[in-house]
Amino acid sequence: MPLRLLKFALSKEHPAPRFFKSHETPKKSYDVVIIGGGGHGLAAAYYLAKDHGITNVCVLEKGYIGGGNTGRNTTIVRSNYLTPEGVNFYDASVKIYEGLSEELDLNLFYSTRGHFTLAHTESAMRTMRWRAEVNKHVGVESRVVGPDEIAKACPQLDLSCSGQAPILGALFHAPGSVARHDGVAWGYARGADRLGAEIYQNTEVLGIDVKNGKVCGVKTNKGYIETKQVLSAVAGFTPRITEMVDLETPIVIHPLQACVTEPMKPWLNTILVSGSLHVYVSQSSRGELVMGSSLDPYEVHSTRSTLDFVEGLTSHMLDMFPFLSNVKVVRQWAGMADMTPDFAPIMGKTPIEGFYLDAGWGTWGFKATPISGKTMAQTIANDSAPDLIHSFRLSRFEDYELTGEKGAASVGH
Amino acid sequence: MKLLTCPMNGTRPLSEFVFGGEYRQAPDQDTCTDAQWAAFVHNRSGAPGDKKEWWYHSPSGTWFIAERNTLTDKVTSTYLLGQKDTTQEAGK
Repeated sequence: MPLRLLKFALSKEHPAPRFFKSHETPKKSYDVVIIGGGGHGLAAAYYLAKDHGITNVCVLEKGYIGGGNTGRNTTIVRSNYLTPEGVNFYDASVKIYEGLSEELDLNLFYSTRGHFTLAHTESAMRTMRWRAEVNKHVGVESRVVGPDEIAKACPQLDLSCSGQAPILGALFHAPGSVARHDGVAWGYARGADRLGAEIYQNTEVLGIDVKNGKVCGVKTNKGYIETKQVLSAVAGFTPRITEMVDLETPIVIHPLQACVTEPMKPWLNTILVSGSLHVYVSQSSRGELVMGSSLDPYEVHSTRSTLDFVEGLTSHMLDMFPFLSNVKVVRQWAGMADMTPDFAPIMGKTPIEGFYLDAGWGTWGFKATPISGKTMAQTIANDSAPDLIHSFRLSRFEDYELTGEKGAASVGH
Repeated sequence: MKLLTCPMNGTRPLSEFVFGGEYRQAPDQDTCTDAQWAAFVHNRSGAPGDKKEWWYHSPSGTWFIAERNTLTDKVTSTYLLGQKDTTQEAGK
């Protein structure tokens, strides 16, 4: 590295390094077309090339890469879910995340902070115990802690929450982490590009050709692409894609909002979540408090943010941290969450041959980026979903075999 | 502040209302297949567009229908079920 730096300094030209090549127009055909250049789609492209040697792949992104929910979440990575299927799946993701900066040769600022899910009621404590036991059973480090331990980890927290909702305890999840979310998308994009996949930004899919129940091509604003395999990894745009192939799903879109404060000196080391107060908060490496809340209460396909949201969220933040009353909120935004009835994703094959879904990521998608990329690549390469994502298949609804994860959603939705 | 017009109580703040999901017709349970019934139970028309929806005015306990575009969030009319003719001007 120092030699490279020296050469760069002595060189007369200093071209800005590009993360991936830009191509004029897509080729006539690809083995696999991935719709959506977010973390999930780019990770799938990366693992298709790296694990399965499938490199004749293009990723089509309507806007710019990582500009959707990949860049709109609150960057929390955790695996303290409620069902053994969920815990196993997200744990596999955390394990990839831990070595991902090295693998992608990009500093993702992956920072393990510990994660407290605060309980303000006896019934919340019951859910925490339940989650702790399931987690321990599967081998994930989670345990129920009392107020003392919470106070030790975060002395600034008002444990009485202004007397309104005193904290009785918490589920402590040691591996809970935060990461630079756009870095994840860019790292996977560079990795996929280096291995031969092609990335097209500003490329919108206008239709998908299906003949005799099989995918045969994709219409885009940059021409027609022949392909037999299409992966849809478009989060909040999923219903618009599934409508193109006449596929019904349970997905409904609700906006999910978040905001950040002005930067402060580091004071909050842990990640704190309160289901009852509808708050989750962590401090970024830049010093901003990154905060999110529950879903907007009704279906809208929009990323407009509202004053109601900031008012509600900040009033609850002040219950927890009264000293923040003079701190300013500097940015707020929204993403479109593709919600499922059981709060678990929809992954794998569909009744249409060659059409694969990576969807239903609602409010829990970022943490699953690496493992969803890996398992979707496996699904496409083998035309068969691995056991790890069997419980997330689309046909679980027809079978009435739902994977109930609502109790592990970050805040009560 | 967003507003919505309740057909019984007039235009009120959105915070007084609860979203009840899309207005849907159940298939005939005596004649439909298991797959059709499962699709009715779980699947939704998730794509954006003009939709007929159930809404509830919480303080007065009134369920009513709103016709709303889920892309633009514009409400075109609200009325009690089966009384479309009494359409009122919706909240802006």
